[in-house]
Amino acid sequence: MIEVKNVKKSFGDKTILHDVSLVMDTGKCNLIIGSSGSGKTVLLKCMVGLFTPDQGNIIYDGKTMSALSVDEKKSLRQQIGMLFQGSALFDSMTVEKNIKFPLDMFTTLSHGEKMKKVDEVLARVNLQGANRKFPSEISGGMKKRVGIARSIVLNPQYLFCDEPNSGLDPQTSLVIDRLISDLTKEFNITTVVVTHDMNSVMEIGEHIFYMYQGLKQWEGNNKEIIYSKDEKLNEFIFASEFLQDAKQMRMIDDKKDEQAMVR
Amino acid sequence: MRFFTKFGEYILMLKGMFTRPENTKIYWKELMHQCVEFGIGSLPIVVIISLFLGAVTTVQTAYQLVSPLVTKETIAVIVRDSIILELSPTVVSIVLAGVIGSKIASELGNMRVSEQIDALEIMGINTKAYLILPKIIAALLMIPCLITLSAALGIWGGRTAADLSGIVSSDIFDIGLRQNFSPFNVFFALTKAYTFAFVISSVPAYYGYFVTGGALEIGRSSTTSVVVSCILILICDYALAALLL
Repeated sequence: MIEVKNVKKSFGDKTILHDVSLVMDTGKCNLIIGSSGSGKTVLLKCMVGLFTPDQGNIIYDGKTMSALSVDEKKSLRQQIGMLFQGSALFDSMTVEKNIKFPLDMFTTLSHGEKMKKVDEVLARVNLQGANRKFPSEISGGMKKRVGIARSIVLNPQYLFCDEPNSGLDPQTSLVIDRLISDLTKEFNITTVVVTHDMNSVMEIGEHIFYMYQGLKQWEGNNKEIIYSKDEKLNEFIFASEFLQDAKQMRMIDDKKDEQAMVR
Repeated sequence: MRFFTKFGEYILMLKGMFTRPENTKIYWKELMHQCVEFGIGSLPIVVIISLFLGAVTTVQTAYQLVSPLVTKETIAVIVRDSIILELSPTVVSIVLAGVIGSKIASELGNMRVSEQIDALEIMGINTKAYLILPKIIAALLMIPCLITLSAALGIWGGRTAADLSGIVSSDIFDIGLRQNFSPFNVFFALTKAYTFAFVISSVPAYYGYFVTGGALEIGRSSTTSVVVSCILILICDYALAALLL
């Protein structure tokens, strides 16, 4: 479980996060959604320790991040896996070496054991045979899957994904979403996904936080989000007329179902 | 005020490099990789520049020493001392600031912009120690070697040019090379080499590591790092000459 307690973050005189508090559940896909500039990526970077909050705490299973020593922080970070928006693969290394890198750095496994582990995670993300390819030789979707493979190779407790579907077609996005969701269940990890893709929200949003202008505006799940009365959230979700019409249609259908049930 | 902020950041960056390595073997591998990149990668340009520096210095010295009172061996003495004291350490370092410096700044800048540095940080790796320290140590190991080689090649280039153009015969040039040789000059050249090696590696590392923005900013920081390194080399060159000579 990850707790975000009263976090504030400013850059110069511009405040990005105003007193944000959230609780992310273990074994669930926790989604932070919001329009561009709402502060969701800054919040994610505060959570993983890339930014230090001006105020407030990030608590990982009872351990307050700011109170940890340098060594404790290092060991906590080894339990964190992160998928970046642009995948952040090391250009000079092959897919295999990218995934093997955390194993080389932090484990004392033999070469054979490391290669076995690499093959296992590559198979888990359906990328068998891509071992010797360089990041420049693979597609955007494959890069994301290599990024996921690298982030799970050390069996992390926490998985963070920064806009995992950006730049991907809807079908590939679905594959990535399902992969993230399956891994969350399989390893019982706390997954935090920052996105503004509504398909992802509906597909894997077990616990959703809607950010608006640096504040948590709404909290719920993918079943509740469509029926939310929150004006700002509705403006975000039903941005197009097509989606507004779809919502109206669904509400009419639901009403009909209710009347049928009463009868 | 901005200068002091940047200087403070630079000092903190250098301080941040000194922590216990997460895995000594990986750091050693990275150091060797950087040694090959800097040493072997810069070898062709250093060889070409050094040979021509020596040859041109010989021809121009002979052109200026027209007095019958000055012996032919003096040309070799002047070429030797010019090459060891100034031309090899300073000119080669300025060239290396362009070759190695821009490479360091653009490599780190690209890693920063594409979030590769953030990825390493999240893994729990001290990125300053892993990415910058091996580069500085490799530069400190390889650049003095390149400058020593450059001095030897420069003198040999001068000797060959003198012989081929009929200015001084090789035998007379060799006599001049052995005349009034001061080993302190070699010590001075190496002091300069180590100082310049530190500047060439640490200044571009600072500009690359702290780059913000995109491709345009990477190019800009790479150019700035080379310009600042060259200016610092010239300032250090004067300071060392004033202090040690």
